[in-house]
Amino acid sequence: MASITLQNIVKEYGDGFPAVNDVSLDIDDGEFVILVGPSGCGKSTLLRMIVGLEDITSGDLLIGGQRVNDLAPRDRNLAMVFQNYALYPHLTVYENIAFPMRLVKGAFGEDEIDRRVRRASTMLELDEHLDRKPGNLSGGQRQRVAMGRAIVREAQAFLFDEPLSNLDAKLRGQMRAEISRLQRQLNTTSVYVTHDQTEAMTLGDRVAVLKKGVLQQVASPRELYEQPANLFVAGFIGAPSMNFVPGTVEGSVLKTPLGDVALPAEAASAGAGRDIVLAGIRPSFFEDASTLSEVQLSKGSTFTAELTHTEWLGNEQYVYVSYENDPRVAETMRTLAEEMDADELRTQLVIAVDAASRLRGGDTARLWIDTRRIHLFDPATGENLTRDAEAGAELTRMAREDRRRDAERAAAGRT
Amino acid sequence: MATGKRLSGRQRLGWTVLTLLVLGYALFPVASILATSFKTQAALGQRAFLPTNWTWDNYAMLFTGDARDLFLPALRNSIGITLIATFIAVVLATLCAYAIARLDFPGKKVILGSALAVSIFPVISVVTPLFNVWRGIGLYDTWPGLIIPYLSLTLPISIWTLSAFFRQIPWELEQAALVDGATQWQAFRRAIVPLAAPGVFTTAILAFFIAWNDFVYGISLTSTEAARPVPAALAFFTGASQFQEPTGAISAAAIVVTIPVVVLVLLFQRRIVSGLTQGAVKG
Repeated sequence: MASITLQNIVKEYGDGFPAVNDVSLDIDDGEFVILVGPSGCGKSTLLRMIVGLEDITSGDLLIGGQRVNDLAPRDRNLAMVFQNYALYPHLTVYENIAFPMRLVKGAFGEDEIDRRVRRASTMLELDEHLDRKPGNLSGGQRQRVAMGRAIVREAQAFLFDEPLSNLDAKLRGQMRAEISRLQRQLNTTSVYVTHDQTEAMTLGDRVAVLKKGVLQQVASPRELYEQPANLFVAGFIGAPSMNFVPGTVEGSVLKTPLGDVALPAEAASAGAGRDIVLAGIRPSFFEDASTLSEVQLSKGSTFTAELTHTEWLGNEQYVYVSYENDPRVAETMRTLAEEMDADELRTQLVIAVDAASRLRGGDTARLWIDTRRIHLFDPATGENLTRDAEAGAELTRMAREDRRRDAERAAAGRT
Repeated sequence: MATGKRLSGRQRLGWTVLTLLVLGYALFPVASILATSFKTQAALGQRAFLPTNWTWDNYAMLFTGDARDLFLPALRNSIGITLIATFIAVVLATLCAYAIARLDFPGKKVILGSALAVSIFPVISVVTPLFNVWRGIGLYDTWPGLIIPYLSLTLPISIWTLSAFFRQIPWELEQAALVDGATQWQAFRRAIVPLAAPGVFTTAILAFFIAWNDFVYGISLTSTEAARPVPAALAFFTGASQFQEPTGAISAAAIVVTIPVVVLVLLFQRRIVSGLTQGAVKG
């Protein structure tokens, strides 16, 4: 186990295109870090540079404090799980898992190999499949074999390259829990690449968001969600995505196509004096005003709007409101949609309301916004004008604290 | 059938007839040679497909009779030269095809292109200059003198088939091996070669056929039993007198040289299993 340090890592391809641009990241010993971003953001390239399958154009990569830029993959002692599993089809499950140990001639006795393979297979519930060939296994089983091959070696760190993207949705949830449990149990430094923000949020101690090879923000999932650094992070993290409503701050009021929204003092002052800002409001910051008490209503602002349609999902309900977009931010929104790999963002609010709410499409409803949680963004630079760095750091510190308790619990469980 | 679709009675009949036709067309000459090889000298002129009196005389002549000194050394030459040529071709082509499939290097297209270009030249146009060169440098009528031109025939097709085969093997397997702690050579040996084995065997059989069946080089670049292979030796068979055609002996020799090929195919057929890479990666 070891820490991994990336210092100003750059990857340029032959045509001079920087796939990864000046990324610096400290990964603590035992930490689970997620690299997330839309396709083509350089997250896989970064992972492959850590493991040694791609050359590093410039910058330093340190594993356990030692510079490993020029070491071959086998000398870095890392274990990797590939997106398409990459199992050896001519070997049985047992031999697949034993493969890394057999490569080191004489380092492991037959008894030791057998003990380790069986421990891994028990951990991954592969005991009854040890004599089978990968071709006869289901996707989830193959995935577990790939993980078995990674854990037998007691490598310095685990690297995962979108390991769940080939599984169906139900299995994905199961394996996600499995990976999380395993990582906490073994307490091995892990770097996990995904484009799926749910995986990022559920697995990561910290999440590094990348866009076009540039690191946008590294923070705990809670900090990313509550205090995003910019428009891209705010839009990428959270499902359904954050709503971005154009508006102008006049005094303590934000004038938007939806109506006037009273802002808290700090937000108002951050947005004051600007031609136009984008208000980032998550679907869950809204509520059907008729389901709230006076006390709650007084903490935010209300407006009325005509609903286009609603979706009832049992545990919650989404209502949709169309609005006229401001032509001054149309370009920003289009670029953002492109960067996020999304279809064109529609000028439609997504609002999560209580499942008990009886709102229907076509109704004109009074809706409430929790204005304390609104963020204002500069449409030109994407910068979050209302970000509270202090509060964000506190969230990440808390996550670290939680993780430390997990590790202690795992250590106690092992002894 | 992979689709699991059952053929209707009509289709089944149609396919059966078609298969029989093709089989008959392909195997009739072989059957004819086989029948001829058992005929007596007198029966050769008769217009009968099957011999009236079955005889081993023709075979006896090859192994113990007049043709013995011609045939046995030729058989030894053929087997030796062909096996060596095949072996060298497969080893070189495996390394070459692996590089072509995996690495990006300048001149990659040139190698593939020139391999194809080499095999376009008709053998007969190359053989005369080769004859002169070989005599000049002392390769005429030697084993290497045949192995080298055979490589020019077998290498191009081996490189092409094998590089197509290597491209199908997922690159991740090799990378996984590298990360698991393998050297480049170990990754090739332990992860790639076992998967490429069916392709290598297929290629080996193709290369073997090409070298085994060659006639032009065999007859032009040899003069004695030091290196003369079987197809060339057949042309030197003579009858008991100048009025007799050695048809029976040639037929017997043809059958004898076909046997190794058949054995080889039967032997390796089981190794040529497709779908060995199944399960390596999510398809």
